[in-house]
Formats: sequence, structure tokens, C-alpha cells
Amino acid sequence: MKLAVLVLEGPYNHEASDSAYNFIQAALEKGHEIRGIFFYHDGVYNVTKLMEPPQDDRHIANRWSELGAKGIDIVVCIAAAKRRGIVDDVLVPNVRISGLGQLTMMAIEADRLVTFGD
Amino acid sequence: MAEDIKKIMFTVRKAPHGSIYVYEGLEVKLIMAAYDADISVVFMDDGVFALKDGQNTAELGIKGFAATYGVMVDYEISKIYVDRKSMEDRGMTENDLLVIGEDEDTEEPIKPTVIETDQIGPMMAEQHNILCF
Repeated sequence: MKLAVLVLEGPYNHEASDSAYNFIQAALEKGHEIRGIFFYHDGVYNVTKLMEPPQDDRHIANRWSELGAKGIDIVVCIAAAKRRGIVDDVLVPNVRISGLGQLTMMAIEADRLVTFGD
Repeated sequence: MAEDIKKIMFTVRKAPHGSIYVYEGLEVKLIMAAYDADISVVFMDDGVFALKDGQNTAELGIKGFAATYGVMVDYEISKIYVDRKSMEDRGMTENDLLVIGEDEDTEEPIKPTVIETDQIGPMMAEQHNILCF
């Protein structure tokens, strides 16, 4: 199945980001295709390289970046990002900023769009 | 081509103010309406407050976005539904609903369509996507 994932909450503060990540890992292991991952609302904070969590904790931004390195399209909404001070310069590698049109295309092209948020 | 057009439903379940969810959700609706998709929006739970006429956010010190709901029909989003039970639970009636646009021919004001809760499930079953903003 072709899946798209929408993440609406920021890292650490909510479990949504972890749940989305775990869901994607499980889906990939089952052989599903991830059409794309889209960050909206406070979700845009998931992929800033400015985060520096304690070393014995998971590094959420690096985790997303690793998924991006596998070729999964990871998109941060530009409107939501600008409002929150997230710009190209602070993004981890393998992630891009673009518009809500990208979410629309993911929604239309994927068999299922799965939302993680509150 | 007509059968290729994907049906996308939005649900609005949170109060319009106090968080940014509903406002940013509105931005998604406006963008998606520009694409070849069959958009519908259902307001339920505290989301029905977003459709209350006469909102004034001046004292909250925020911009407010209720005026944009007033031109939803112009954005070609005319399938706007509101759950009757959610309204009644919150002391709202059809008279409290804002206008979402006007009929092109008659210039009559268009209001959201009030529906019963048990109509929502079958509508959801027809959708390609359901987005919860």
C-alpha cells in the first residue's frame, strides 16, 4: 500500500511524532511504500537541527533525517514554518520546505493518508 | 475523469480560538480547494463554535479568521456541514450560524447545512481522505 503521513505536533512534547515514526518503520518493514511525510502546525519543529536532546534519549530530528536519506520525501509546510521561525538554514539534511500543495498531492496520490496529532 | 476526482473530507472538532489548529486547518482547506478534489467540511464537537456568527477577536489580540468562512463558497468550498447535536449541546441553533457565501444567481445568502450525527458516518465512508483540523 502507498501511504502518506501527516505529523501535526512538535517533538518530545507530544507522542504523535514518535508514533508516526514507529508507524513508518513498521510499514516499511511490512513492505509498504511511504509516498511522503508532511509536517504541519507545531510538527514543523520536528526537523530542526537546533535541537540537542540528552545523549541517552532519541534524537527525533536525526531520526527523520535518516528516513529522508532512504529516499522518503519529507516536507515541512512553509506557511507553518515561517510563523515559527523554521527556515531552510535550520533544517536537518534530507528534508525540504514547500507548500500545502505538496500535502494535497500526497493525499491524492497515496492510498491512505495517516494523521498523527492530538 | 470525473471518477478520478478524489473526495477529501475535513473535520473541525476543536474550538476556533485558544489554539491555532482551526485557523491553520482553514489554510489547508483553501489550498486543497484549488486542486482537483471534491472537498467537504464537517463541523462537530467544539468545532461548531467556528461557525458562530458575530465573532470578534479584537480583545483576544489576534487577527481572527471568521470572515474567511464568509467567503468559503467563493473558494468553491460549498459542502459545509454542521452537526446538529453538537450545536444543541452547546446552546446553538441554526440562527447562530454565519453565512458562508451567496448564491451566484439569486444572491441569496448560503449557510452551512445542518446534518444529523448518523449521517456523518456514511459520508465518511465515501471519502478518499479524512483530515482532522
